Amino acid sequence: MGKVFVEITAKHDVHGNIRPLTIKWEEGRIFEVDRLLDVRQAASIKGGGMGIRYTCRICNKQVYLFNDEGKWFVERK
Amino acid sequence: MSRTILHVDLNNYYASVECLYRPEIRDKPVIVCGDAEARHGIVLAKNYPAKMLGVKTGEAIWKAKQKCQGLVLVRADFKKYIKFSRMARAIYANYSDQIEPFGIDEAWVDVSGSTKIFGTGPEIADAIRQRLRDELGLTGSVGVSYNKIFAKLGSDMKKPDDTTIIMQENFREKVWPLPVGELLYVGRATRRKLQNRAIYTIGNLANRDVSDLKMMLGMWGETLWNFANGLDYAPVKQIGEESFIKSIGNSTTTPRDLINNQDVKLIIYVLAESVAARLRKHGLKCKTVSISVRGNDLLSFERQGKLSNPTFLADDIALKAIELFQTNYRWDKPIRSLGIRGADLVTADGHIQIDLFDNSKVNAETLAVTVDNLHKRFGHYSVQRCSMLLDQNLTGFNPKEDHVIHPVSYFK
Repeated sequence: MGKVFVEITAKHDVHGNIRPLTIKWEEGRIFEVDRLLDVRQAASIKGGGMGIRYTCRICNKQVYLFNDEGKWFVERK
Repeated sequence: MSRTILHVDLNNYYASVECLYRPEIRDKPVIVCGDAEARHGIVLAKNYPAKMLGVKTGEAIWKAKQKCQGLVLVRADFKKYIKFSRMARAIYANYSDQIEPFGIDEAWVDVSGSTKIFGTGPEIADAIRQRLRDELGLTGSVGVSYNKIFAKLGSDMKKPDDTTIIMQENFREKVWPLPVGELLYVGRATRRKLQNRAIYTIGNLANRDVSDLKMMLGMWGETLWNFANGLDYAPVKQIGEESFIKSIGNSTTTPRDLINNQDVKLIIYVLAESVAARLRKHGLKCKTVSISVRGNDLLSFERQGKLSNPTFLADDIALKAIELFQTNYRWDKPIRSLGIRGADLVTADGHIQIDLFDNSKVNAETLAVTVDNLHKRFGHYSVQRCSMLLDQNLTGFNPKEDHVIHPVSYFK
């Protein structure tokens, strides 16, 4: 339970869409976002909070990445 | 044609938002409260575990603490609540352009025009509830009916996260057995009057003779009778339509109970200054002043009176408020909170009759505008009334900028 705020790199296109490319985990490891499966506004029940939810595939695992007004976080398992 | 109206009521609104952000407290009794040190320490909202233990909205924090151990206190964060309220309305806006907010956590939505696109009223209600859950992490109760009054009653019947349907065919079975106090606009005083005449349920009210009710309650009798019979035709307002200002008011719960006229005068001046400054800011003048007074037993009353001329001057408003107060209060108990409101608004640049010999009023208006400018440039406390220095603990607050959530009226 809980959430981990992460540093990300992202691509902002001319339409204002944001596509996260990599995530920097707590201890400094950098993960690449292999695929973006879904983007929608959603509540984070596990992490606590709400924002634009990016459903990402990272290392063959599905991860919810949230953008809460510019602060990005991942739900802790 | 029969309308389809939804009334959405977000369950335990403040507490639900706080619990969403803090998963670790979700299963504990939680209350959201004001600032205890400024004596605003009452329970504003609670979650279901706290409700089960008997905590009531509006009671003092110490009382709530006695009722349950391990109570989690959260300070209210109105910015967050307003943000969620706005997002909830954005969801309703997907289904209709007729959305009328009723306070921060409730709204009517008229979906008559979109039932062909999105399905029947109950289907839209369920879709909205689902989206509230998924996108905002909140739950809502929805009442579906053919008028606003029954839709609101419906949203109170099943909580949390449920849809209640009241239609023309079944409102007699569903609405009439409810106690009459559940009906919108039947408050403490009206309920007592009705009960004295053996009207206990909404059904009793609906089956009474209208002229009887008119004798008893005046024009309100007929309005309430119509409500009880489902004859409410008030439209749900379009988005943006409700922004027209009908009155401007401020109120405060004071740092200590007020015990004499002097205390009351001080607070009245603080509030009147703020109301007057806000009137000036909007380019309005008021023709009626009303005061609300709440004693330390938390019972309140309201009185209003007309001014001889429209005004946006703090002095005129304060004098009227003091007059209203002194004719209506007997000091049988100390006062916990006070409010002043300017109503019957007219635009400030309208023509007025100027006194031929005495132009002090015009001078006073110029002075007020100058003081506004000083406040803007040098801060709220740069220029103030001398009387504000008599008791700075009591008057050291700024109702204009310290945040306030405005109550709303059904008859806008």
